[in-house]
Amino acid sequence: MKFGQQLQRYPHFLERTYQLTYHLFKKLDPLIARIGYDRVDGWLRGPEDFAKRVVFDCHMCGQCILHSTGMTCSMSCPKNLRNGPCGGVRANGHCEVKPEMPCVWVQAYNRSLDMTVYGDELLNIQPPVNRQLEGSSAWINMLTGQDKAVPKAWPQMDIIPLAEK
Amino acid sequence: MNSEYKSDGRLERVLRSGRFAVTAELNPPDSADPDEVYQAALVLSEVCDGINATDGSGAHCHMSSVAICALLTRAGYAPIFQVSCRDRNRIAIQGDVLGAAAMGVSNVLCLTGDDVTAGDQPQAKRVFDFDSIQLLRTIKIMRDEGKFLSGRKLTTPPRLFLGAASNPFVPPFDWRPYRLAKKIEAGADFIQSQYCFDVPRFRQFMQKVRDLGLHEKAFFLVGVGPLRSEKTAEFMRTKVPGVHIPDAIVERLRKTPKEKKVEEGKRICVEIIQQVREIEGVSGVHVMAYRQEELVAEIISEAGLLPRPRIGGPVNNARPRRTHPVNGV
Ligand code: SF4
Repeated sequence: MKFGQQLQRYPHFLERTYQLTYHLFKKLDPLIARIGYDRVDGWLRGPEDFAKRVVFDCHMCGQCILHSTGMTCSMSCPKNLRNGPCGGVRANGHCEVKPEMPCVWVQAYNRSLDMTVYGDELLNIQPPVNRQLEGSSAWINMLTGQDKAVPKAWPQMDIIPLAEK
Repeated sequence: MNSEYKSDGRLERVLRSGRFAVTAELNPPDSADPDEVYQAALVLSEVCDGINATDGSGAHCHMSSVAICALLTRAGYAPIFQVSCRDRNRIAIQGDVLGAAAMGVSNVLCLTGDDVTAGDQPQAKRVFDFDSIQLLRTIKIMRDEGKFLSGRKLTTPPRLFLGAASNPFVPPFDWRPYRLAKKIEAGADFIQSQYCFDVPRFRQFMQKVRDLGLHEKAFFLVGVGPLRSEKTAEFMRTKVPGVHIPDAIVERLRKTPKEKKVEEGKRICVEIIQQVREIEGVSGVHVMAYRQEELVAEIISEAGLLPRPRIGGPVNNARPRRTHPVNGV
């Protein structure tokens, strides 16, 4: 946990790492497709879970939006909010539910201010979570597009632009 | 039916006509007796344009919000149906929304909800399948596109005025206006805020809201309420999630002699109403008087907000019966 907390103090470094990994996976996509997404998903789950748990306290929702939420796992919020803080945040910035824990969204906001690449994505509206993806590899779901498959009636675009920052 | 309006309700008409709106919260009974709802509503109906039916607020179980709404519309009152994400998943919520609309509910307030640990049954499972923004957008889709989230068609979409909550008084302060922007983008037509006891902080918040142009996209109702004593204030700011009360107000109550405390708490509330009313972008107030309903009418009257306008019919705005429920909108 300690190591993770250290790393989380460098959100810009983390978003760069995310960006790199993203491009790496995109490059490897044809290969992974040939091996089979399901198979690679099986291999990846464990290591991905481990790595992301150490750094981000990841909850393996299978549709990672870390880069859009200040490199802070929004599923660590006890209410699983994906679009920002609830109204119960304590005056000291800690969580309504777990008084000893800083509110995930206070951290997400502060970190996003240092993120030059994806910082603004904090303003996007995130669609409802697909609970069926829980436990699977978010990287594979990214390649198959499953992580962005929103409910039929939900606006089909990836992001919903907001008032300029 | 006027197609410019999104709902058939009175609240939307009061707000769109540019009048200063008043809503009030009904304390839900711990009872199976409808009369307890009617008695509470009787006091409120004459002094407000919409009655909020809370949905297990503070994670305490009471008569359900949808049932209170059903009772209220039956008697011709105009309820605001509160929906929290804590107890129900997307399947239950979409069904409740249709049911509420069918019973004549015109307003829905979409909330995240207090956590189960805030209540007297902290062992309960928390649901939070949606967050409040996803909830708003889902109901907007039902209303505007006539579909469930899954894409399945509704034969008659609900006509609803959509509300969201806002809490400008807790961190992260700089982000709060943007969070509001998100809610409006997701579908909110009106906003009801958390208790406002800190007017300077609220002014700052509204400045940013105006800079973002949000006051032109949704109607902002400021949450207010009386404090019975400094003890109540202390309890609320330490035990009720999200309530911020500045020391100055607690001090003021402490210095007041015992028999005058209730009166003083009421006066503070009236003063706050008068102050926020002057702020550009504020369209109304939302009075929450926990266990002090008898004070609501006095507060609204002393703040100079009576009589309430009679648009959209009398206080009651039961929706006109449709002859062809499927075709006629
Ligand atoms: S205070 Fe923050 S972390 Fe805690 S439930 Fe609310 S949004 Fe989530």
